[in-house]
Amino acid sequence: MTEDAIAVEGLAKSYGSVRALRGVDFAAPPGSVLGLLGPNGAGKTTAVRILATLLEPDGGSARVAGLDVVRDAAALRARIGLAGQYAAVDENLTGLENLEMVGRLYHMSRTDARKRAQDLLERFDLTDAAKRPAKTYSGGMRRRLDLAAALVFRPPVLFLDEPTTGLDPRSRLALWETIEGRVAAGTTVLLTTQYLDEADRLADRIVVIDHGSVIAEGTSDELKAQIGGERLDVRLEDPADAERAVGALSEMCVDPPTIADHTVSAPVHRHKGMIAEAVRRLDDAGVGIDDISIHRPTLDDVFIALTGHAAAVEPSTELPAVTA
Amino acid sequence: MSSLALTLSDTLVLARRNLMRIPRQPDLLIAYTIQPVMFVLLFVYVFGGAIDSGPFDYVDFLMPGIIVQSIAFGGFVTALGLSEDVQKGLIDRFRSLPMSRAAVLTGRTFSDVVLNCLSLVVLFAVGFAAGFNFIDASAGEVALGIVLLLLLGYAFSWIFALVGLFSSTPETANSIGFTLIFPLTFASSVFVPASTMPDGLRQFAEANPFTTVSDAMRSLWLGTPAHTDVWMAFVWCVVLIAVFAPLAVARYRRVAAK
Repeated sequence: MTEDAIAVEGLAKSYGSVRALRGVDFAAPPGSVLGLLGPNGAGKTTAVRILATLLEPDGGSARVAGLDVVRDAAALRARIGLAGQYAAVDENLTGLENLEMVGRLYHMSRTDARKRAQDLLERFDLTDAAKRPAKTYSGGMRRRLDLAAALVFRPPVLFLDEPTTGLDPRSRLALWETIEGRVAAGTTVLLTTQYLDEADRLADRIVVIDHGSVIAEGTSDELKAQIGGERLDVRLEDPADAERAVGALSEMCVDPPTIADHTVSAPVHRHKGMIAEAVRRLDDAGVGIDDISIHRPTLDDVFIALTGHAAAVEPSTELPAVTA
Repeated sequence: MSSLALTLSDTLVLARRNLMRIPRQPDLLIAYTIQPVMFVLLFVYVFGGAIDSGPFDYVDFLMPGIIVQSIAFGGFVTALGLSEDVQKGLIDRFRSLPMSRAAVLTGRTFSDVVLNCLSLVVLFAVGFAAGFNFIDASAGEVALGIVLLLLLGYAFSWIFALVGLFSSTPETANSIGFTLIFPLTFASSVFVPASTMPDGLRQFAEANPFTTVSDAMRSLWLGTPAHTDVWMAFVWCVVLIAVFAPLAVARYRRVAAK
């Protein structure tokens, strides 16, 4: 078995009396994306700063790319890339100059640094803006430049601290696609986010942290399964059919269905042919169907179930629903 | 490459980065060119007639002092730049790179030396245009004066580095710089002879390193007698560096490791 690209055990860090991390464990195999999910102040950024060698832990251990984050910090810096919450680019330098500077600070030769900078600008769709100072860039362009700077030395492990916070939906999507491209190329990514849809889309495994502790861990599906099953929503052609619809569906349900407006909601455990069965039962009962769909719980539901509070202020998009 | 060579390379890369911003920010370019010119012209032509500078033309008395003041403030861009780098997360980026950790500070202070050379050229040009002359100064004394000025500028770069690292925003750095250090230059012999000041202020001015350095400059460039002050001025600069460079480095470690 190959060693995990990121392996964290009992990691602890306090700032004075504030315990930012209270002994967290998580791991990510090479080439995977680990999502660190939690509200503001949960300890996500502290964890990333320790893993990126910016901060020393008070307790526990962490290995990244096979190197200890404290003992081997100097060697480790050549194998990680960090893109932060605040796009850390020099606003007075152009995009090209920013990336060249980073390349030179990795001790690449002048020609290599320039060539690499040009390649990255092209890949990140910044060629047209290459010779403009970064202060003229839009928020999305800055994030792309910041991410490009993290990739200059082709690091095997990439830390992304809330990479899309504050971006408009289109820029977020573009950045997600870029990150997915890096993962496809074999990069291991640790991603912190407070957006559930982001973790759902990008992460292979998700670690939920709150108040400095891991409160849940698993794939997105596993986390959702933890808080129960799915919901079959039937929108009726005639609301007067509601009672008959409930009667027809109740045998399929794990809990009694509820009625709201034109819609009957039936908690179900998903199984093969479920929609077909529901349609057949409703048809037999003479209930007209306007729309029928299955809703899986969102990570928002998971987060609220686990912590008793919502994760983020921004609404996350619903998961794709199966519609008959 | 050896670690010393790497530190040097990183220092030059970052110094170049610091210098590239100057022509792109008109306010900074003005600070290094037009502002010293304005100061010289204001003092020579507005106050000059009213100030008794003893046996010298006021412009001859003033130039060594005003150059001392301008050069001391040359490191100001370091305070601005460092607080900006901390605020915007660039320090994090640098610290996550396999580069010399000292280079962030040495790159700053080294680029200040280059900027101070630029300031010197501008100041000499306006000084000569306003009628300044070296008096009884050998080429060696002129050169030694320039070395002293650059050393003073270097010392103040470290002071400003500390100011920048204590400031949460560039605006704070600005106000700390101007409320703490600016008055110090006036309570000295930079603009007027300390002997003309009232008791209390006069003793303060005489103990002020700006007086020591200004007097040393006049000794070198105008042939004034106080020759013991020349080496004292060098001692002051070295002491300032010895005190403030370690303080700035310690503060940098604390700020960066948050």
